[in-house]
Amino acid sequence: MEHHAVTVNGRSRPLDGVPTHATALDWLRDTGLTGSKEGCAEGECGACAMLLATPADDGGTAWTAVNACLVPVHALSGQELVTAEGLGSPEALHPVQEKLAEAGGSQCGYCTPGFACSMAGEFYRADRVAQDASAEPCPVHDDAPSAAAPDDPESAADAEHGPNGFDLHSLSGNLCRCTGYRPIRDAAYTLGFPEAGDPLAERRERPAPVAVPTDYAHEGDRFVRPASLAETLAILRDEPDALLVAGSTDWGVEVNLRGRRAPLVVAIEQLEELRTLYLGEDVVEIGAALPLSDVERRLDGRVPLLAQLFPQFASRLIRNRGTIGGNLGTGSPIGDTPPALLALGARVVLAKADETGAVLEREVELAEYFTGYRQTVRETGELIRAIRIPLPLAGLTAFHKIAKRRFDDISSVAVAFALDVDDAGVVTAARIGLGGVAATPLRAYEAEQALVGKPWDLSTVRAASAVLRETGTPMSDHRASADYRSAMLGTALLKLYATSRGSSRGIRTEVPA
Amino acid sequence: MSALADRPADPVVGLRAAHESAALHVTGAAMYTDDLAARDHGVLTAWPVQSTNAHARVAVDVAPAYEVPGVVRVLTAADVPGLNDAGIKHDEPLFPSEAMFLGHALVWVLGETPEAARLGAAAVRVEYEPLPSLITVRDAIAAESYQGIARTVARGDAAAALADAPRVFTGVTEFGGQEHFYLETQASYAIRDSEGQYFVQCSTQHPSETQEIVAHVLGVPSNEVTVQQLRMGGGFGGKEMQPHGLAAIAALGAKLTGRPVRLRLNRTQDLTMTGKRHPFHIEWRAGFSEDGFIQALEATLTADGGWSLDLSEPVLGRALCHLDNAYWIPNVHAHGRIAKTNKTSQTAFRGFGGPQGVFLIEDILGRVAPELGIEAATLREQNFYRPGQATPYGQTVKDAERMPRIWTELKAESDFDARRAEIAAFNAAHEDRKRALAITPIKFGISFNFAAFNQAGALVHVYKDGSVLINHGGTEMGQGLHTKMLQVAATALGLELHQVRLAPTRTDKVPNTSATAASSGADLNGGAVKNACEQIRERMAKVAGRLLGVDERDVRFSGGVVTGLGNREQRLSFAEVAEAAYLQRVQLWAAGYYRTEGLHWNPDVMQGSPFKYFAYGAAASEVEVDGFTGAYRVRRVDIVHDVGDSLSPMLDIGQIEGAYVQGVGWLTLEELRWDESDGPARGRLLTQSASTYKLPSFSEMPEVFNVRLFEDAREEGAVYGSKAVGEPPFMLAFSAREALREAVAAFGPGGRAVELASPATPEAVYWAVEAARAAGAPAEAVAQTDASRELVGAD
Repeated sequence: MEHHAVTVNGRSRPLDGVPTHATALDWLRDTGLTGSKEGCAEGECGACAMLLATPADDGGTAWTAVNACLVPVHALSGQELVTAEGLGSPEALHPVQEKLAEAGGSQCGYCTPGFACSMAGEFYRADRVAQDASAEPCPVHDDAPSAAAPDDPESAADAEHGPNGFDLHSLSGNLCRCTGYRPIRDAAYTLGFPEAGDPLAERRERPAPVAVPTDYAHEGDRFVRPASLAETLAILRDEPDALLVAGSTDWGVEVNLRGRRAPLVVAIEQLEELRTLYLGEDVVEIGAALPLSDVERRLDGRVPLLAQLFPQFASRLIRNRGTIGGNLGTGSPIGDTPPALLALGARVVLAKADETGAVLEREVELAEYFTGYRQTVRETGELIRAIRIPLPLAGLTAFHKIAKRRFDDISSVAVAFALDVDDAGVVTAARIGLGGVAATPLRAYEAEQALVGKPWDLSTVRAASAVLRETGTPMSDHRASADYRSAMLGTALLKLYATSRGSSRGIRTEVPA
Repeated sequence: MSALADRPADPVVGLRAAHESAALHVTGAAMYTDDLAARDHGVLTAWPVQSTNAHARVAVDVAPAYEVPGVVRVLTAADVPGLNDAGIKHDEPLFPSEAMFLGHALVWVLGETPEAARLGAAAVRVEYEPLPSLITVRDAIAAESYQGIARTVARGDAAAALADAPRVFTGVTEFGGQEHFYLETQASYAIRDSEGQYFVQCSTQHPSETQEIVAHVLGVPSNEVTVQQLRMGGGFGGKEMQPHGLAAIAALGAKLTGRPVRLRLNRTQDLTMTGKRHPFHIEWRAGFSEDGFIQALEATLTADGGWSLDLSEPVLGRALCHLDNAYWIPNVHAHGRIAKTNKTSQTAFRGFGGPQGVFLIEDILGRVAPELGIEAATLREQNFYRPGQATPYGQTVKDAERMPRIWTELKAESDFDARRAEIAAFNAAHEDRKRALAITPIKFGISFNFAAFNQAGALVHVYKDGSVLINHGGTEMGQGLHTKMLQVAATALGLELHQVRLAPTRTDKVPNTSATAASSGADLNGGAVKNACEQIRERMAKVAGRLLGVDERDVRFSGGVVTGLGNREQRLSFAEVAEAAYLQRVQLWAAGYYRTEGLHWNPDVMQGSPFKYFAYGAAASEVEVDGFTGAYRVRRVDIVHDVGDSLSPMLDIGQIEGAYVQGVGWLTLEELRWDESDGPARGRLLTQSASTYKLPSFSEMPEVFNVRLFEDAREEGAVYGSKAVGEPPFMLAFSAREALREAVAAFGPGGRAVELASPATPEAVYWAVEAARAAGAPAEAVAQTDASRELVGAD
């Protein structure tokens, strides 16, 4: 095995002797880099955010902010990361740190190193460009933002981008309990661009570190990073208890909050075979381990339903690590990609190795993939390689997420629509995906049938709403009552109808490219 | 000695200063309690064994823990040499024999690593003999389960006035608690030093009380315990009482093992073990004249105190002293009591009962305005205190004229009337989205109700080279107290800000300090720092007078330069004067002291003048509600707030903004849910993580957020004419709740009271919208409210 070490703030630090379950955060702090803080240990607060050198689309490197509390440190072998200490020092502040400090962006200071890292990730985003003056946020009196329904992502974009192109969503995974956020936003929106000679900006020009195959053992536990998909599938075939980890945004929570430990962790997020994105004539195929942020950026709006979903999916810090494969693999009834993918009629590509090592694949309708609470048709030894979205896409799509908080919350109810309405105004096809209303994500077949073949008008919508309202078996919990969940099913189509009919700007009626 | 409020020429107070630790914060170089522990070697980690039962007698078998590799020691009641009590009311056993709530720490395991300690704790066997439990405040009221002393504030004859009032309203107002969710969880780190002294680093707002409780648990005098507090990653009241027992555990571990012990609660432990804001249940009757003047208020307030008293009595006292908010209520009878339930022991939280008291009157006014047929803004304004009037507890409302001035200024600069008209037009054009703009005031009393806490000390050193080091008894939790103290010292000594340095807060420098709480940190410690600096300056003035050939009264200190009136040639540096003073054997350090004058309070009759002054402010908040989901946005907020003459404007604006958003969190988003079922998890906090307890994120920041400090606001009774700022603006958030109420009302017919649950989550707003719509729909159409409406789309 190669030297098992990670480069932190430009200096290589060995990983030998560290338990396999150790998170990057715990390890950083143990090595004396206590700038990164633990605020929640579940990827919700961002106090632990750090920058990771990841492959950029142009062959160079992107500085990607991730939650150190969720990433297993052994997954970082051979990688490069930067913490708040590495951005700058009290004597020589980084531009991001300078802005934060002078704007009053820190009060107690505990969340601040994480904010600095998230802001730096956005500072170095290669495609960040200054907006022209006309794109600046509209004054509140102007009726333009009044098109903003409370969860309308498009109009929100105006208020959520600075004149310097800074995307406020890059801070959606960072919580501050002191400031009320205004000074942090002001700091972010007055940032310039990296100057010549900025070492982290220059680092972007060279390729990101490659994946380093790893087989590390500590007190009987193993952490393995296979070199290929075939090798991964062979391990899965031979070691039924092996735990697959991609972004670790779910597993990290289990490790931290529930004390779960796995004797054998297999890291797959750097497998090239799982990081594909294929745009074909009749299908879009998305690799299961491609981080959601990469999917979002590379699709670039070509699947409008997903484009609407992504900003509502957890936070940027999570999307920078989380994957569709992971979201489907856990089988959660409230993951946000399944309802959208159900509405898109997606299929899951499952791969396994036979005795000879040959890779076998099968394709399953996502609607048939979920079999029970956190149970799926995925067999032992099988891995989700990709999902396939059939083309053409439906003409009218929308994603409604009902949650307490607009940024970074878990859905009480999620409803995804994909409808086709012909020139005569008749619904010719309908798929509705639901989350949070049953033990599994659900297709609302009966409500779909109540739409298909009917004119897209209020009476059809009312009738279908009554059916949709009765779908699923929602429960009451700390997020919402069963009654509210049902009520939200009951109003979702009405809201879709109102916004699709009433919007002169056609917010939710984009025709896919 | 100059008057407390007077400022010299060119003061450093009043300048915009960045937080003194800003450069450390942003680079991760700022040290917090557990960062210190992470840098030492041989440190043991403490981990609690938490009760899995809401109420039970417990028998604990710790032997299995010792079989876990890396477990060094299990701390139990038998190990306590002193008092087995984490509080000062003798009702908080540190190692209980009866678990009083689900999550209660029973014993603590010390391990070589966090992993070993965690596994050791999991191995401890606990046998539970379950006892009946009370989870909700309603259950406690039904069972008459109370604790502490009930109090009543009364003035006039409320019963008679209610009998005579033309309009009488009755209601029940209930609202939830709030988790502090300081980003840094509770943390302590204890070492026993070479001299046998206990040195405890602790994330505490009240180092002296932490010291006191560590000492009584260890059975040693206070002079054997030193508590140091560098800075906290947020406090908000949650570190006023709650850290003490945890610090005592760490110190006890250090005593028994001879090794450093760190104790840092993880988020789940912190949420399930530590106290929160008190939820209240209030029954009330309010009488009004036909034209909307409050005539009488009768109320019974029940605070849910949780399992032990903690600070529940003073919190209740402040609630009773703030249910008038900014309004003249001639006849009042308000009775307060504390329920005892099997939950975490509720404690101080920004506002300290004030928000709960204000909640009552704002809820009443918001509910009854439509029924009285008076705009809520008008109803509020017309009931403001007039100069000369007194509060129900008998204190004249000082500077009462500021409230209407602030109100008028805010209405003008928020364009209140024009926007209300625009909103009415918007609402008429939109069936499924409604907006509202509401304005609410705050008047908040400043000083600890408990008079003895209104004192502070400081220690200031001037070194021979002219550099200055200050110590004071206050703690830094992000509010900028240390920055303000540096500004005060620089002003008092006539220096530039960079010439003064601040040393960590510790109990061996300044003893017997009060909690940094009640927004009083700058008032009290600022008074003490100023006093110490002025003692030194007077002595240095004598020296400088001789050097400059002027009378000491004609010596001026400013910007690091010392000059004499009439001496145009000579300018001495501060360092030159310090050096000369040393050589002349003049004392260059001083202990400063401050006590707030003129306070008196009789808790038995709830009468007196407990507050030095009042802080005033008002906020106008605009919201938009989506009728399909109940989701909403805060579109714009305008605030004018009175901080006196600000010591540090950027910090004060930061406090106001942060308090407002935290208040909006309490009132709209943050929801503590407990398992109230009779199942095995009865009493469990269901929202015990950041993923289930949601605090405001960037999406809750008002899209437009204008905060202005009230001008020409000198407060005679406080340091350099300033006022306290930490707590009062928290209650400006009521404007957002009232705006939600009015937006909900716009979905239904006018003239109808809207009841809004608290927190007003999207679900709560949705049900209120449904109720409003139902009230406006013909009876037979109610069932199809949704479908029967004509749908009007977005613009």
